[in-house]
Amino acid sequence: MITLTQVRKSFGEVDVIPGIDLAIEDGEFVVFVGPSGCGKSTLLRLIAGLEDTSGGIISIDGVDATDLPPAKRRLAMVFQSYALYPHMSVRKNIAFPLKMAGMDPAEQERRVNHAAKILNLGNYLDRRPGQLSGGQRQRVAIGRAIVREPTAFLFDEPLSNLDAALRVSMRQEISELHQSLKTTMIYVTHDQVEAMTMADKIVVLNAGRIEQVGSPMELYRSPANLFVAGFIGSPKMNLIEGPEAAKHAATTIGIRPEHIDISADGPWEGVVGLSEHLGSDTFLKVNAGPLGTLTVRAGGEVMMHPGDTVRMAPQPGKLLRFGADGKAMA
Amino acid sequence: MARKVSNTRKAVVTAAAWTMGFLIFFPILWIIILGFKSEGDAIKTPLQVLFSDWTLQSYHDVQERSNYGRHFWNSVILSVGSTLIALAIAIPAAWSMAFVPGRRTKDLLMWMLSTKMMPAVGVLVPMYLLFRDFGLLDSRIGLVAVLTLINLPIVVWMLYTYFKEIPGEILEAARMDGASLRSEILYVLTPMAVPGIASTLLLNIILAWNEAFWTLQLTTSQAAPLTQFIASYSSPEGLFYAKLSAASTMAIAPILILGWFSQKQLVRGLTFGAVK
Amino acid sequence: MATAHSRTAARLMLSPAVILLLLWMIVPLGMTLYFSTLRYNLLMPGMETFVGFENYYYFVNQPAFWAALSNTLILVLGVLCITVVGGILLALLMDQPFWGQGIVRVLVIAPFFVMPTVSALVWKNMFMNPVNGIFAHIAKALGLPPFDFLSHAPLASIILIVAWQWLPFATLILLTALQSLDREQQEAAEMDGANGFQRFFYLTVPHLTRSITVVILIQTIFLLSVFAEILVTTNGGPGTASTNLTYLVYAQSLLNYDVGGGSAGGIIAVILANIVAIFLMRMIGKNLEA
Ligand SMILES: Nc1ncnc2c1ncn2[C@@H]1O[C@H](COP(=O)(O)OP(=O)(O)O)[C@@H](O)[C@H]1O
Ligand SMILES: [Mg+2]
Repeated sequence: MITLTQVRKSFGEVDVIPGIDLAIEDGEFVVFVGPSGCGKSTLLRLIAGLEDTSGGIISIDGVDATDLPPAKRRLAMVFQSYALYPHMSVRKNIAFPLKMAGMDPAEQERRVNHAAKILNLGNYLDRRPGQLSGGQRQRVAIGRAIVREPTAFLFDEPLSNLDAALRVSMRQEISELHQSLKTTMIYVTHDQVEAMTMADKIVVLNAGRIEQVGSPMELYRSPANLFVAGFIGSPKMNLIEGPEAAKHAATTIGIRPEHIDISADGPWEGVVGLSEHLGSDTFLKVNAGPLGTLTVRAGGEVMMHPGDTVRMAPQPGKLLRFGADGKAMA
Repeated sequence: MARKVSNTRKAVVTAAAWTMGFLIFFPILWIIILGFKSEGDAIKTPLQVLFSDWTLQSYHDVQERSNYGRHFWNSVILSVGSTLIALAIAIPAAWSMAFVPGRRTKDLLMWMLSTKMMPAVGVLVPMYLLFRDFGLLDSRIGLVAVLTLINLPIVVWMLYTYFKEIPGEILEAARMDGASLRSEILYVLTPMAVPGIASTLLLNIILAWNEAFWTLQLTTSQAAPLTQFIASYSSPEGLFYAKLSAASTMAIAPILILGWFSQKQLVRGLTFGAVK
Repeated sequence: MATAHSRTAARLMLSPAVILLLLWMIVPLGMTLYFSTLRYNLLMPGMETFVGFENYYYFVNQPAFWAALSNTLILVLGVLCITVVGGILLALLMDQPFWGQGIVRVLVIAPFFVMPTVSALVWKNMFMNPVNGIFAHIAKALGLPPFDFLSHAPLASIILIVAWQWLPFATLILLTALQSLDREQQEAAEMDGANGFQRFFYLTVPHLTRSITVVILIQTIFLLSVFAEILVTTNGGPGTASTNLTYLVYAQSLLNYDVGGGSAGGIIAVILANIVAIFLMRMIGKNLEA
């Protein structure tokens, strides 16, 4: 269990993290998600001990770890750049934390081989990192993290240097790893798809503040505010202001593209501006006059052309209402 | 990108470049040749010199008469010793500046460099008197200390520019892996920086080997390196061209070889990273 | 990256270097400053008296000082002219494709690795000696009277020797700069219709300017304190014809045992070098940000 109490961080004058409270349960897969520069890495590095806090308390398994050096926190980290030791073989890379812990060589050997088996690295143990592909390097970095059997794993955007296809398969591998190890994982990403697919619990960060904490479906169904509403979900939720919102006694109303139906007797009318056929789905950009431009997900077989006029209806109960302060209304 | 260059043009450039190379190298070539001649032949006209007999006599004479060996070892000890000590002091310092930079780091680097720009002659008198009073004149210890200090700024600078190229995340990874600061520097940073450390080592051995102000001022015989040994030939006693050449060849050969290995790093080291 | 732990460690590991250099800078320089205000002769120990700026007055007002100052400047400027112009030409030549580039490069760099005493003695004896030197042999072969370089043109001869040592440095740095020229930029300019000369003046020259400045500044630092070459060739003579500031200070303090006067000269040399150093540091400092 990792608990942050009023944790703050400023670099000189700049308050990057003005004060965060958060509890991470044992065995949880927690994802910190938010736009670039919002302080995700900083928060992770505070937990790791690579940066000092400017205030607040970080406790790990009930022990105050705020002033412990990274080496004493029993956490393992996987960096965006992998940060492998280029002068050591894969075997030595993975064994390095064990060597630092002064473990006996036979046990080191056993653990390295075990990790290599889990991660399919058996054939590469004697290569240098430079001779590996991006995905293999990522696995070595993970191997180096798991051999120590840490209290928790910290990942900082581990997949952002991989190509799209590899990203999907590594994502699944990390999820499977979590299921088999059942160790706490804290995972930082700016990609909400990764957050949605991997997390038990998502922490949405914006400008160093927590906007919302919850399971992926909670965030999807009931975003706490406009920021989360706009950030989670792809394509983005449609946000409508003005008279249409006033009809629902709100400042802003939100409706996801998949919750708008094309129907001849719908209340909204618009002109198709663009239609993207993905095969399974068709995304329409509809110019709906006073409502603004709406994104609508239609079935894969729907054939619409720019210039066509459509009528649309929001699905009942899917409309979200937000007040003047941007917070969701009940 | 690579384009065909006409062969005539290439031939002209080749001829010009080789001519220039030959002219610039000629003085060195000439002492190498003279070293293998007898004193009598060495002062003849160039053509006569070329076609006279070859002999190892001068090398024998130099070895026997003037204690070449002792001077050679002094040069080795002074240059290698001062460089190793400077490295031992500079590696931790460069680690600090490269990986834990503060607001003052840049000023500190510039200040270190500025000590290098102080002309030696500005402190000649006190250094001479200090050495005299502490009985360090003509001692290797004193000279090693001076050479260490005059090269320390360059060593720190070179290491700093090399360390800057190593991603900090790798050192952080080591820290997460439970490495102490000592292990971090010993097992991760130093091995990764081996090429940089090696070229720093090489360049500074060269600079210390050729240092010809303090070595001339502060030594006479016991601790005198090759610079002083060669300088002792400046007052000629009879025919000495061949012996001077043989001695010179032996004095410059090791460093010529090291130097050719380090040409690339030379630029970087001597311009304090301003030209790479 | 920094935590309190690492910052403390950093300070600790930085301190030996800083303290040593601080001592190295302050102690001897402070002593020089102090001595420069004393009447202090090594042959008369215990007779030191405070004289204020008198040493500076006498040092500056001896004819040798002005000779040494102008010799220092002529030496620096002469060597700079030869090495910079020669270096640019050589670098441009060596940047062209030709057979045996690696070997020629090695030949050209070699003089830089020759220790100053060796190069000075070799030039003095094997080349400039009026009886047995190669130049004398060539003069004789051409039916000309041999020229005694070190007696009749001592400063020019020393300039030649020092320039030979530093030409490789200039060449190597300028060649490195040329080779780091952006080829795509050159090609873009060619597509834009710039001819060879235009490309040279509008792209190559500006690119080289920075490196030339670096060469000039660094060489100046070293050239201001040329010593061994003078010591083993002319001993500053004849008269003061080849005495530079460094040699004058050496002669005054260690040959004439006038510690006070020598120290005053040393301080003047430091001031002179610092003027150059300020420019150099600016250049390097700017580069630190990049
Ligand atoms: N060492 C530092 N010094 C000053 N500002 C920093 C430092 N590290 C990060 N920041 C600033 O803190 C903010 C958050 O950075 P970061 O945590 O890396 O964001 P993220 O990982 O979410 O993209 C950014 O505005 C960044 O510029
Ligand atoms: Mg980040």
